[in-house]
Amino acid sequence: MTQERETDTPVAEIQDVPRAPASIKKSGIRWGEFLIKGWLGLCAFVSIATTAAIVILLLSETLNFFETVSPGEFFLGTTWTPLFEPSSYGVLPLMWGTLIVTIGAAIIAIPTGLASAIYLSEYASDKVRRIIKPVLELLAGIPTVVYGYFALTFVTPLLRSVIPDIQVFNALSAAIVVGIMILPMIATLSDNALRAVPESLRQGAYALGATSYEVTTRVVVPAGLSGVMASFLLAISRAIGETMAVTLAAGQTPNMSLSMFESIQTMTAYIVQVSLGDTPTGGIAYQTLFAVATLLFVITLVINIVSQVILNRFREVYE
Amino acid sequence: MSESPEIAMAEEQALGMHRKSVLELRNVSIFYSEKKAVNDVSFNIRRNKITAIIGPSGCGKSTLLRCLNRMNDFVEGCRVDGELLFANENLYGKDVDPVEVRRRIGMVFQKPNPFPKSIYNNIAWGPLINGYKDSTDELVEKSLKQAALWEEVRDRLHDSALNLSGGQQQRLCIARALAMEPEVLLMDEPCSALDPISTARIEDLMFELKEKYTIVIVTHNMQQAARISDYTAFMEMGDLIEFNVTKRIFTRPAIKRTEEYVTGRFG
Amino acid sequence: MPLTTEQEHRNLVRRHRKARVFARFCAAVTWSGVLLLGVLLYQVSIDGFGWLDWQFLDSFPSRFPERAGIKSALVGTVWLIGLVAVISIPVGVSTALYLEEFAGKGRIAKVIEVNIANLAGVPSIVYGILGLAIFVRYLALERSLISGALTMSLLILPVIIIASREAIKTVPQGIRNAAYSLGATKWQTAWSHVLPASFPGIMTGVILALSRAIGETAPLIMIGALTFVAFLPEGPMDSFTALPIQIYNWVSRPQEEFHELAAAGIIILLAVLLIMNATAIYIRNKTERRLK
Repeated sequence: MTQERETDTPVAEIQDVPRAPASIKKSGIRWGEFLIKGWLGLCAFVSIATTAAIVILLLSETLNFFETVSPGEFFLGTTWTPLFEPSSYGVLPLMWGTLIVTIGAAIIAIPTGLASAIYLSEYASDKVRRIIKPVLELLAGIPTVVYGYFALTFVTPLLRSVIPDIQVFNALSAAIVVGIMILPMIATLSDNALRAVPESLRQGAYALGATSYEVTTRVVVPAGLSGVMASFLLAISRAIGETMAVTLAAGQTPNMSLSMFESIQTMTAYIVQVSLGDTPTGGIAYQTLFAVATLLFVITLVINIVSQVILNRFREVYE
Repeated sequence: MSESPEIAMAEEQALGMHRKSVLELRNVSIFYSEKKAVNDVSFNIRRNKITAIIGPSGCGKSTLLRCLNRMNDFVEGCRVDGELLFANENLYGKDVDPVEVRRRIGMVFQKPNPFPKSIYNNIAWGPLINGYKDSTDELVEKSLKQAALWEEVRDRLHDSALNLSGGQQQRLCIARALAMEPEVLLMDEPCSALDPISTARIEDLMFELKEKYTIVIVTHNMQQAARISDYTAFMEMGDLIEFNVTKRIFTRPAIKRTEEYVTGRFG
Repeated sequence: MPLTTEQEHRNLVRRHRKARVFARFCAAVTWSGVLLLGVLLYQVSIDGFGWLDWQFLDSFPSRFPERAGIKSALVGTVWLIGLVAVISIPVGVSTALYLEEFAGKGRIAKVIEVNIANLAGVPSIVYGILGLAIFVRYLALERSLISGALTMSLLILPVIIIASREAIKTVPQGIRNAAYSLGATKWQTAWSHVLPASFPGIMTGVILALSRAIGETAPLIMIGALTFVAFLPEGPMDSFTALPIQIYNWVSRPQEEFHELAAAGIIILLAVLLIMNATAIYIRNKTERRLK
């Protein structure tokens, strides 16, 4: 059915209310809003620019490096003496150093971190939580140079009194201290993951007559496994990127020995060593800085991305 | 389904007065991504009248209401077809500024949402950011009086709005919307979160407001619609089943489905 | 094959014992972590406390431990954090506002979000290299406070952004709806309502981010913060040192006294961090109580 189009009488004639301008059309751009939105977008762009800068910088200098040193020698060589003559550019010793410190730290931090998380989420009362959570935050907030100090003045002497052969700079000391450093991270993130497991799952298991140990190990942890594993990966990534504690505690000797009682050099410690010295810009030594940094960046990036993927799958399950 | 102009016009002429329409909906369809929430709805909102939109849950009445002041712009993937005519413009026209639309078509929401500020600032904020230059004291007093809240809060205008009761908060939200002096006031189930006494007070309020404002109210409470509205639109599953003068809808509905709903056969 | 009641009973006893042992084990592990923190703090305190006096706070570093102090490091840190705050807070909060209030859910927003999450996990030393190449060398800002501040700002920017977004997300949508329905623009709504409501959460995040920046050493080493600074910086273009750098310098010396000096410096550093963290926790608790 058709309707007649009715003409619009100005409302002021019917209502005694002062009226705004009659048109609802746009009257020009709102400049204030436009500029502000521009500024906000620009700030958001900074983060993209940062990533782009990191990638471009690392890649270009690394490519320069590979013009002098072959990738084969870099990735497969087992001697790393870029600052001496004869110079050798095999990066494996550095990776090895990082690896044994990280694995040592993981062996310490993962079981204890997970146990703490289980205690916090399954057993601890609210009062206990209120004490321990801030303690964990405190531990997580302690600067790494303090951990380096702790390693040199407390852990190493302690180890030396127990293991007489151990060197002053050794990998074990660094591994212990880095383990302590990443423990709060695992504890907090895993605690979050376990708490997110619905209570109904636990209650179902208890109702079947399971003990708390069985409920925790066979129901709760498997249910929260992706969050827990993501926390492990993030902590490992953090351990790999750790600089000051390993520089102070583990020394500057790149080697591939299997012993944790000797001095080694991690990728990060090498980067510090170069920048503390007088390295001329543009020389091959300067370029090793970027090559090692790129390797470090790529490794941590891959681990972070994997942990994010795992975490996202975790979110899907419960939401 | 569209209204029957003959019946509506006849009623109006019987009343001896000729009202005009503030808002005209022509073949309005609303989509959320690919899902059609409102299907080809047409009716008019009469000036200085209360128009109620009723229907069972999920029939699209709130969706339709939110399009009248372009609040659905904030929902991702929402698309509107058809025309919504207001002040000689299509609300969804190319050059239309949604901010301007919302200055002139106000809204009160289902759950009272006062700002966590003082009662005074809740009311003064809207006009101030829109360039109001006159006395805010008078504006606040006038708006609170229009919302029947002045006597209760006149001594504590600078207290936090969150200290008010639910019913008072909703009247504050009404006062806040009225401070903008809108031509149309949209109300999305304004009483559903309130107790019966507060509800009754707000319903009385709406009778008074009708003198100066045009009101569109979405409600799932049929009795409320029957009590206070002049026109009623009944929707189901996105379709407009019937639109007519309220008395007709509730005593002699033209469509069987309408009769089934208002007599409580379903919904 | 069903068990006899005898066997079932013994089984149950064994299972319960296992559960008890496990619970105690987890508790022991957790509390030993607390104990460890105590040991660490105790160790640092007894080593360094003896060196803490006004002379320590007021002297420059020296080859002679008795005369050495952290004045330049302390002033440098104050300068550094001040500059970092001025740079990173506006940029970080603006980015968070943009992502939450203006950007919608499209492709660009998702890319930025993933990007920020990745940047949060990049080792701090990589930021140091970035700062070295771009600020010190390319922009020729030299080894100055401003180079350090810009580098640190980039480092903590993801932390500020993520924390601010969380705070902004907790603002109820009803408030925004009310503001929009009164004819307010997105910015008017964000400025008048969203920001004030999320302010405590943002403050907490900012404080925690800044306390992270105070303790970072590696990036500052990379951009060349000096380790023997016997003067106070007077402007952003001056060279400088900072607390963690000074501590690192002292720790890496062989002499025992310098280790104790380092411990004293650590006490100062931890005291500052403790105050900042306590403030952040206080703000957070006050807000949570208010919302309840």
